[in-house]
Amino acid sequence: MKLTGWSGVVIGALILLGCGAAIAALIGVSGGDLTLSAGDLAAIRFTLTQAALSAVGSVLVAVPLARALARRRFWGRNLLVTAMGAPFLLPVLVAVLGLLAIWGRNGVLSTALTAIGAERLNIYGMTGVVMAHLFFNIPLVTRLLLQGWATIPAEHFRLGAQLGFGARARFRLIELPMLRAVLPGAGLLVFLLCITSFAIALTLGGGPKATTVELAIYQAIRFDFDLPRAGLLALIQTGLCLGVATIAMLTGRAGEARAGMIRPVAMMGGAGRWLDFTVIACTTVFLAGPVVAVIVRGVPALIDLPSSVIEAAIRSILVAISSALLSVSAGLMIAIGLVRIGLARPVLARLGEGAMLIVLAISPFVLATGWFILLRGHVDPFAIALPMVVLINALMALPFALRAFVPAVALAQRTDGRLADMLGLTGLARLRHVMLPHVRGPAAFAAGLTAALSMGDLGVIALFGSTTTATLPLVMYQLMGAYRMEAAAGAALLLLILSFGMFAVIDRLGKTHDPV
Amino acid sequence: MIRFEGAVLRNGAFELSADLTVAGPGICAVIGPSGSGKSTLLLALAGFLPVAQGRVTIGGQDVTSLPPAARPVSVLFQDHNLFAHLDVTANVALGLRPNLRLSDAERERVQDALHRTGLEALAKRKPDALSGGQQQRVAIARALLRDRPVLLLDEAFGALGPGLRRDMLNLVQSVAVERALTVLMVTHEPEDARTIADQVVFVADGRAHVPLATEAFFATPAPAVAAYLGL
Amino acid sequence: MIRATALLATLTALPLHAQELVVYTYDSFTSDWGPGPLVEAAFEEQCDCELTFVGTGDGAAMVARLQLEGAGTDADVVLGLDTNLIQAARDTGLFASAPDDLAAPTLPIEWQDDTFVPFDWSYFAFVYETYALDTVPTSFEELAASDISIVIQDPRSSTPGLGLLMWIDALYGDEAGQIWADLADNIVTVTPGWSEAYGLFLEGEAEMVLSYTTSPAYHLIAEEDDGKSSAIFDAGHYLQVEVAAALAASDQPELAAEFLRFIASDAVQSVLPTTQWMYPAYETELPAGYETMNIPGVALLQAPDVAAARRDAALALWQDALSQ
Repeated sequence: MKLTGWSGVVIGALILLGCGAAIAALIGVSGGDLTLSAGDLAAIRFTLTQAALSAVGSVLVAVPLARALARRRFWGRNLLVTAMGAPFLLPVLVAVLGLLAIWGRNGVLSTALTAIGAERLNIYGMTGVVMAHLFFNIPLVTRLLLQGWATIPAEHFRLGAQLGFGARARFRLIELPMLRAVLPGAGLLVFLLCITSFAIALTLGGGPKATTVELAIYQAIRFDFDLPRAGLLALIQTGLCLGVATIAMLTGRAGEARAGMIRPVAMMGGAGRWLDFTVIACTTVFLAGPVVAVIVRGVPALIDLPSSVIEAAIRSILVAISSALLSVSAGLMIAIGLVRIGLARPVLARLGEGAMLIVLAISPFVLATGWFILLRGHVDPFAIALPMVVLINALMALPFALRAFVPAVALAQRTDGRLADMLGLTGLARLRHVMLPHVRGPAAFAAGLTAALSMGDLGVIALFGSTTTATLPLVMYQLMGAYRMEAAAGAALLLLILSFGMFAVIDRLGKTHDPV
Repeated sequence: MIRFEGAVLRNGAFELSADLTVAGPGICAVIGPSGSGKSTLLLALAGFLPVAQGRVTIGGQDVTSLPPAARPVSVLFQDHNLFAHLDVTANVALGLRPNLRLSDAERERVQDALHRTGLEALAKRKPDALSGGQQQRVAIARALLRDRPVLLLDEAFGALGPGLRRDMLNLVQSVAVERALTVLMVTHEPEDARTIADQVVFVADGRAHVPLATEAFFATPAPAVAAYLGL
Repeated sequence: MIRATALLATLTALPLHAQELVVYTYDSFTSDWGPGPLVEAAFEEQCDCELTFVGTGDGAAMVARLQLEGAGTDADVVLGLDTNLIQAARDTGLFASAPDDLAAPTLPIEWQDDTFVPFDWSYFAFVYETYALDTVPTSFEELAASDISIVIQDPRSSTPGLGLLMWIDALYGDEAGQIWADLADNIVTVTPGWSEAYGLFLEGEAEMVLSYTTSPAYHLIAEEDDGKSSAIFDAGHYLQVEVAAALAASDQPELAAEFLRFIASDAVQSVLPTTQWMYPAYETELPAGYETMNIPGVALLQAPDVAAARRDAALALWQDALSQ
């Protein structure tokens, strides 16, 4: 174990250094000014507000939803839980158009409202931004919570039933301790994701009032070429995120990684049944609506997609699989390192895990540009374009991988660690016999998620590569830029099918060991 | 007295048929091969699993469709009997009130239970600072407080070492005698049956057999029992 | 024997003319349904060389990329900058003068730049569905006074967005703030790029979108839909002129110059209207349908250095007005 523990720490440290170096590279470029304008401050304020609202909102909806899903068994439940991965995997633009198809000024609901003489909906502004973020993040938080719910031993629920716990007692004594451990991390994740949101905030924000720091960074790099200012903004953004992350990490308690019975106990009896099903139904409709819109719009164009779309799809799949392998290996090693540290110094380990979230706080623009500056003159950028894309995509998914791996590795250590120590198992043997059974589920989840996220990525390839080696989202964008909206809708649907397909297949491969 | 009348108990896809009477008070061991359904018998009795057919009565009362809290039963699992964030006293006090708001009289009773199980010194400790045996004693203390006539042990001492297990069994026996409890004890150690049980129920091949007196059970075992015991 | 075969293999693998011309351009140019493949095929036939298009995001990204790469860049030609980016491009000092013998372009305004060569152009305009609007505004004031919903792009991340900014600046100068303030209640949203805005428009989220006078040509010719049109403002429309230029540090200066001349040829210019959906910069026959496109009476274009100088001030007015 010593070997893998250290390699994880080294990798983690390298990542942190790499991110810091990227920012430093930007700031170090001469010819720019290191001051913040009033607009920048307003951007920071707006960014923080919408991220906070989105995080809180996601959690508020996800808790009852996860609880309802954890407790009830119904036909299609497992499919629904897997399908919860779908919204997160859509490229932003596709999801936004899908959302507007339902909630927009000309959407389904508005048409219905105007038909009965009411005002049409106008969600542009903070509402739209938060709504879009909820759409993306509620499923994510729900899945994390479901995994948390599965760690509650079934015996606790049974004891509760026997001791006559009412709904309040059950929540307070059984479910709340788990929530207190899991929620800060989940909320933090959403917060960070929303901080670096760019296209959503702009398209649905309604105007410059809704400017985020990410946009300011993008603009500084692409339009002003004021790299030091971009670096400074990135520094501030990262600093803020790390600050929030520290607070969240320190307040949340380390998850109780106990074994319990693997299958969560379905509640018998109708207590709260109507509420549960209402919550499930409403959220499903909210989440499914835009996805259905994407499908409906894309199906007609799916039949005759240009061949370049298919080529791009294949390329995307290869990149996605590479990213997935990379993020799973790196994530596992870092998780092992963190758990090792956690045995001796738990607070340090929690902070370390929080620090790894830095990759979410850093704009991919900053990373790509910063590394480009560092590498230019030494390496031909075109040659490393696709590897760079794989690397950055793997990085972007790393926090999710860690969130899945750390509890599983901790559990493995607790249950089999001492046995392995006694038998003198180290390195690969230990990995195989101790780790593998426990991490198969999380590994599958992480791999599936990385693959799907990588498929939908747009920004990195545009920055680093030549687009003659285009990936599927890029081709979709090209189609849109050439007025060919229907073909773009077809490409979007293909992207959704592939992303979701990869996620579902890989995720199901780990299903036998994944309690959710 | 516990009676299963033509009962078929369902645990997922598995079905166990039970048509037997366990006379009480006293200690009855439930033994049999792994996966035979020993726990199913107990869980169904406690109300965690449905009774697909037939009836279950306890002390003459038909409990077949009663929720767990309404049945005169307390259960001890092998693990996870305690809530990790509550200390020993609170865990025990849950036996009286879920909201943990106790009257002075009730607090007295909690102290008595702690005393009876030798846990006074550990009253403020959290479960993760307790050994396995101590944790199970807390669970027993709680069962004492609940004062239900039937006590179910689902391999409760399976994770403990032999000496500790014997101590716990003795504790159970003394409590059972004191309170005139009917104890149903699932164990994979036939030794446990010999130590404290009056009767033995053998569960195998989807059937729970009629209880036999312990001595008779071990002296002249049926072929299936002999196979299980490795005789 | 093996060595000989290997040597032979390497020799035959070498192209006879190993000259390669690298052209940076934006994504939609290089895509299968853009002009890229056609231009590449035609040029390679003519020059007997290898032409490689490199898609680098959008126009602004190209400039940023060049600034990052500096003189060590692989690019020989850059194609797809617009006039608002010319000053920034010129300031990099990386560009070489265009050949002297280039044909004169036919643009609504006189073209006087010795480095940057135009290849296509169009007028910015608000595009709408003809059935949706009863009265079409003929000026910014009229548009602002009406309750027509519009979707525009952010000037900080999109060249059409910047185009609109400069258009209003060209017409109103320091009074632009008032126009923007009046437009604020018409604006449904501001998108990062043209694609999002046009997508929203087609979804019916807004009645007008900032695009080009030639946008309806796509719908007319490719979709046989004549329901889109552009609103013509009497005071004039701002031009978007897209340009190309050769890089001074190029290792293929003659090829680069030849390519710039090639851009003006009919081979390239004739494919532009149905791939770029813009007007060709040099006289060429337009496909049927283009004659129905609206043409403004007045064409506006600020000189690149003026546009660059005014940009920050105009941006500040825009931000102030829309942040109320």
